[in-house]
Amino acid sequence: MLVKLKILRFDPDNDKAPHFQNYEADVEPTDRVLDALNAVRWYQDGSLAYRSSCAHGICGSDAMRINRTNRLACKTLIRQVAPNITLEPIRGFPVKRDLIVDLTGFFEQYRNVMPYLVNEDPMPTVERFQSPEDRAKYDDTTKCILCASCTTSCPIFWANTDYIGPAAIVSAHRFIFDSRDQAGGERLDILNSREGAWRCRTIFNCTDACPRDIKVTKAIQDVKRAIMSQKL
Amino acid sequence: MRLRTRPASGGFELYAWFFMRVSGILLILLALGHFGYMHLLNGVEKIDYEFVARQYRTPFWKTYDLLLLSLALVHGANGARTLIDDYIHARGWRALFLAALYTASFFFLVVGALVIVTFQRVR
Ligand code: FES
Repeated sequence: MLVKLKILRFDPDNDKAPHFQNYEADVEPTDRVLDALNAVRWYQDGSLAYRSSCAHGICGSDAMRINRTNRLACKTLIRQVAPNITLEPIRGFPVKRDLIVDLTGFFEQYRNVMPYLVNEDPMPTVERFQSPEDRAKYDDTTKCILCASCTTSCPIFWANTDYIGPAAIVSAHRFIFDSRDQAGGERLDILNSREGAWRCRTIFNCTDACPRDIKVTKAIQDVKRAIMSQKL
Repeated sequence: MRLRTRPASGGFELYAWFFMRVSGILLILLALGHFGYMHLLNGVEKIDYEFVARQYRTPFWKTYDLLLLSLALVHGANGARTLIDDYIHARGWRALFLAALYTASFFFLVVGALVIVTFQRVR
């Protein structure tokens, strides 16, 4: 089927402002948006820039605004969005070129919450055991692929890029509620700040945006409750 | 992203968040109670000066209205504060808006509370 692609393009060397460019691509309804993008870049316009690596929804490189919602191009079927497909870069981070944004700030936010296991106990000779119930507490947030869809769908983040953002809180949640980790209190302290979890206004855009169906808003709410029970 | 360099002002935000939850629940109950008493049990045609004067003879209604007034005002003002915080970044403008907000809220709180507390029936 023939689809019309309207792509927001920006070349920092030549353009003052981003502008839309129209393309047409002949693709199957069961193809993905990424296939349509490839059809354009490979056969029509080699200058079109976008990221993708795994093409299977696990590396998180091709998050973009597809018909005004954040999705992964490699996970969105043509038939879900055809025949008119508008593609824009995710919002809130500086655009480097076309659909590619500079995610430096995003990974800074991520590193802020210490997204790694902290355990000062002497190294055990076997695994650190964990009951299935304890494992279940943070199961949802282990699914994050750091695609930035949630953070860049948040109106509070658009208005204020100092906000640490849902993705970093999800990554913190994954360790805060891990029974083997010992730095939960420290992470809660980091998130107990104006630009931390309290900036969240429970808008739920992040939950809608997550391509992994993580209940992002609920995870943030878990963190707020944890801070509360720690402090009050 | 300036999180690391900015000292956590989280204490206040935590209490503000908690207050919003608690006051929100209380406000729903208080507003429903107000609505039920005023509009279902009595009705607008019965509400006049005499009606209010009779109500304010009891400390119960004075406390009720005082609670409704102060919770609603502080709840609303805090909501407006977060809006200003989210969307107004220029230091000067933010200070101006916050000052206006705090002054107005304080003024209405004092005036409202004064009316309720010092209410005297006049003939
Ligand atoms: S290309 Fe890896 S998630 Fe889409």
